[in-house]
Amino acid sequence: MSLTQAVPLSWYLLLSAALFSLGVVGFLIKRNLITVFMSIELMLNGVNLSFVTFAHQWHAVKGQIFVFFVMVVAAAEAAVGLAIIISVFRARATLAVDRIDLMKL
Amino acid sequence: MNGSLHLWLIPLLPFAGFLINGILGRRLPKWLITTVALLAPLAALSLVLNAAQGFFGAAAAPAYVETCPVGWINIGTLHVDFSFVLDQLSLVMLLVVTGVGFLIHIYSVGYMGDEEGYARYFSFLNLFLFFMTVLVLAGNALLMFVGWEGVGLASYLLIGFYFKKNSAADAGKKAFIVNRIGDFGFLIGIFLLLANFGTLSFSEIGVKLNADPAWQGGVLTVIALCLSLGAAGKSAQLPLYIWLPDAMEGPTPVSALIHAATMVTAGVYMIARTHILFDHSPFALGTVAVVGAATALFAATIGLVQNDIKRVLAYSTISQLGYMFLGCGVAAYSAAIFHLVTHAFFKALLFLAAGAIIHSIGGEQDLRKMGGLWRRLPITFAVTTVGVLAIAGFFPFAGFFSKDAILYAAFVQGGSGRVLWFVGLVTALLTSFYMFRLWYLAFLGKPRGEVVPHHEAPWSMLVPLVILGLLSICGGWIGIERFSAFLSPSVGARTAESGTPNLELILSIVAVAVALAGWFVADRLYRQKPERPAELAAALPGSYTLLAHKYYVDEFYGATVVKPLLAFSKYLLGWVVDVGLLGGTAWLLAGSATMTGSILQRWQSGNLRSYAAWLAAGAAALLLFIVIPWATVWPASMDFIWKVAGH
Repeated sequence: MSLTQAVPLSWYLLLSAALFSLGVVGFLIKRNLITVFMSIELMLNGVNLSFVTFAHQWHAVKGQIFVFFVMVVAAAEAAVGLAIIISVFRARATLAVDRIDLMKL
Repeated sequence: MNGSLHLWLIPLLPFAGFLINGILGRRLPKWLITTVALLAPLAALSLVLNAAQGFFGAAAAPAYVETCPVGWINIGTLHVDFSFVLDQLSLVMLLVVTGVGFLIHIYSVGYMGDEEGYARYFSFLNLFLFFMTVLVLAGNALLMFVGWEGVGLASYLLIGFYFKKNSAADAGKKAFIVNRIGDFGFLIGIFLLLANFGTLSFSEIGVKLNADPAWQGGVLTVIALCLSLGAAGKSAQLPLYIWLPDAMEGPTPVSALIHAATMVTAGVYMIARTHILFDHSPFALGTVAVVGAATALFAATIGLVQNDIKRVLAYSTISQLGYMFLGCGVAAYSAAIFHLVTHAFFKALLFLAAGAIIHSIGGEQDLRKMGGLWRRLPITFAVTTVGVLAIAGFFPFAGFFSKDAILYAAFVQGGSGRVLWFVGLVTALLTSFYMFRLWYLAFLGKPRGEVVPHHEAPWSMLVPLVILGLLSICGGWIGIERFSAFLSPSVGARTAESGTPNLELILSIVAVAVALAGWFVADRLYRQKPERPAELAAALPGSYTLLAHKYYVDEFYGATVVKPLLAFSKYLLGWVVDVGLLGGTAWLLAGSATMTGSILQRWQSGNLRSYAAWLAAGAAALLLFIVIPWATVWPASMDFIWKVAGH
């Protein structure tokens, strides 16, 4: 209650949007696969923040539950993703996304 | 009439034979194939004989109808049943089909004994009997059409029996395609019958027509002409006769059964079956008569100069079928059917005898390479003599009575009937001449061939020959009066009764005298002065070449029908429609898909970041449309593009 009065809702949303956009930009421009991966985490957390904000605003617990789900999925994804990254590095000795283009026609 | 005759078994037993030999024939031993193949027509024949008892006792016995309890076609007002009708007409025809058919089956056992495809041959022969009996028994036009097409199929399969020979395969195709033209007429006739009578049953059509005797000509003429086109195709009449000589490529027993005795007479049978329609259309009747007489004369002239023994017989068959058409055309249906029966006897006999000759001299069919065969083949010689005398119309052989009946019916019609009679008489002269020519060339004189036969044909071939020989002698003794009285419930009473017994006698004497004249000329040319025919041919090069080339009819059809059709098919249908239109459309579709793909495949770069960029751009675009109401954005952006494009 005091939180919303102290800091307006829009600030949280702006922060969330800024985090998400940073994630998008990082995803698009970074060449290292690990950085790209971290950018995805950043986007997820940006979304998580807006979930929590709205949950608090509407006094609804659903949004917070969603956040837990997202965290669990992100953790699992991180495990799988890192394993993939390791095996990609072993196979190709590089982590530059531009050079991982085996799917090209 | 006894309760149930089981007519349906008559076609189905040969069909069972077809299935057994057709499916299992390759694995069965030869004696079993023979047994099955012979049992089927024998069983059918005994069923027919059993059914015949009810007819021969009583005078004018009513027709016996057997209808399958389950209908065939029931759509709206259209009702067609599987119904079989046994009356005097179909009985006579059935006796010929199963009787002569059975004899030819026996003959085939000997004739085809050493051939490859023994089981295949007999399964086709049984299949033919199945369809032929369906055709004969059919109580409505559609069921008759089924049999009609079926015998065409069987004929095609048997003409092309030696399918490894190109000429046999081509002859089969020719027979089938030419018959299709006739079948087209038959089919149109069926449609018109349905449109005008609302039924296809022969008896119901007859009832409707009898109820309205004033209904003449008009659409009935059209129907009758369509039906007679069908009949002309099947019965090898002008202008559709061209398939029959080529059909001699088939095995000789097939020529005897299908292309002489039974199938080719189906057209005559069909006209007799639908005679009520023809009776209501004098024009159609006249057409049938003229076509018949013209065909009889035309084919007989070609037969004069043929050197292949089977071709002589083939043209003679066409000529005799012309007689039957002539008989139908002067409304002497019973005389036509009478000639059909006797012709089945003596022409089957002649073909089978020719087969025996061919068989004994190693497949040679050229008359010029035969000669002097009577010493080696005495029985064949004897039965052929009977057949020749019968077809030439000598008293008291079968052909005399039936041919005389037709000529008499034409004569007493008066007017144009006299012309038809005269044409028939000239044909009789030619017939007598070319048959005795065949007789002299094949049996008398000195042997001219390389192969000299050592012995007669096996008994399985001789027994049918002898039986048919006896039938060719006695077959006509029943006389046209009794025969037409027997048939009158089916085809009406003999109409032409305006003559006198004296006239009938005089006409008979004239006919026999003409036949004698034919024999005399043949005797002069082929026995006394064997060098004369060649001299004559040299003296009359024009007419001889014309006849030897069969009036160039095949060439004429080739140039006017076949070639344009082939060109039409090849260029317009083949190149323009098939390759151009259909192929072009397919190529266009395939090409545009390929082109779209080759453009779109650049998206599939394999570059992760470009995918991500497209994803982000898409998400951004969606967002834009959601946040800003697109109804306002869309026209504005179009407007913008319009302006950018320079308008």
